[in-house]
Amino acid sequence: MVNIIWAAMAIIGIVYAMFNGTMDKVNEALFESAEEAVTLSIGLISILVFWLGMMKVAEKAGILTFLSKLFRPIIIRLFPDIPKDHPAIGYILSNITANIFGLGNAATPMGIKAMEQMKELSGSDEASRSMITFLALNTSSLTIIPTTVISIRMQYDSVSPTEIVGTTIIATLISSVSALLIDRFFYYRSLRRK
Amino acid sequence: MGIITTISTWLIPCFIAIVLIVSTWKRVPAYEVFVEGGKDGVRMAFSLLPFLVGMIVAISILRSSGALEAFIQLISPLLVSIGVPPEIIPLALVRPISGTAALGMTTELIGTHGPDSFIGRLASTMQGSTDTTLYILTVYFGAIGIRKMHYALKVGLLADLVGIIASIVVVTLLFG
Repeated sequence: MVNIIWAAMAIIGIVYAMFNGTMDKVNEALFESAEEAVTLSIGLISILVFWLGMMKVAEKAGILTFLSKLFRPIIIRLFPDIPKDHPAIGYILSNITANIFGLGNAATPMGIKAMEQMKELSGSDEASRSMITFLALNTSSLTIIPTTVISIRMQYDSVSPTEIVGTTIIATLISSVSALLIDRFFYYRSLRRK
Repeated sequence: MGIITTISTWLIPCFIAIVLIVSTWKRVPAYEVFVEGGKDGVRMAFSLLPFLVGMIVAISILRSSGALEAFIQLISPLLVSIGVPPEIIPLALVRPISGTAALGMTTELIGTHGPDSFIGRLASTMQGSTDTTLYILTVYFGAIGIRKMHYALKVGLLADLVGIIASIVVVTLLFG
């Protein structure tokens, strides 16, 4: 599906530009955005190196196992195919915690590490059940404190920059619970097909 | 807000301190382990690069050609007819595709309509309660080389839809 969406975005854009006379803009954007993507990846190195290094220390010191034990009842229900005490659970929890506090920079490396651990468990290049559940949780946004939005509101002199925290929490809760339900629906449907 | 900001700024340094204290206590060679783990980060960033270039270029072709804008204008009447505020439609459609574009739109909406207006609050809530599905999918699956994604994209996009509808309903009920 990603293959089709990816190709479709580019094809639709180019064909539309043919009829709309925006080909020069497309041409320009092509190379600018490629450069932008490389800058983004290189920029990620600092965050990835720092957090993955730190989390490796946390793992070796037994902190991730401690976290996993603490939240085991919830995590086992959400990710039934991950063995208890597996380091993947520690990374999943760290990712969720970082997301909740709006620390996107710290959340991404832990998310990738969690995915890597889950890949080791499944041992294939196909997305496993727990990987998709984890992805669904992340895409539905777990942010409780949207720090970026609050800072934008402050810049524009809002009377109450944080008044949207309440609505954000409710909307996030609804979308996260729905994400889990939608994920379960597709999982059981895929089982039935097999 | 004071407490929240304090928690956010204290959380990471305190976490690092705890990790280092516990690892020293348990005689883990902290620095060596840190460097070893950090090497993974370099490898990941590079393995991620082609996935990001591919996805960001495709999105930028779609945006720069004007096709995305045309599509938004095309389906706007339909969404307005079911009660969606027209100003919010571009943000709702772009949010799952591009994080930078969505943040730009949110800033513009807050700037134009004011942070305490209905549109300003709605844009703020929508920005905070959804995430860029295509980016997360690219980064998380790209870094570890997942080829078959199965139903992952469908779940992500449907969750976005629910998040957007939920934002509109919640903000209308509380601030409308």
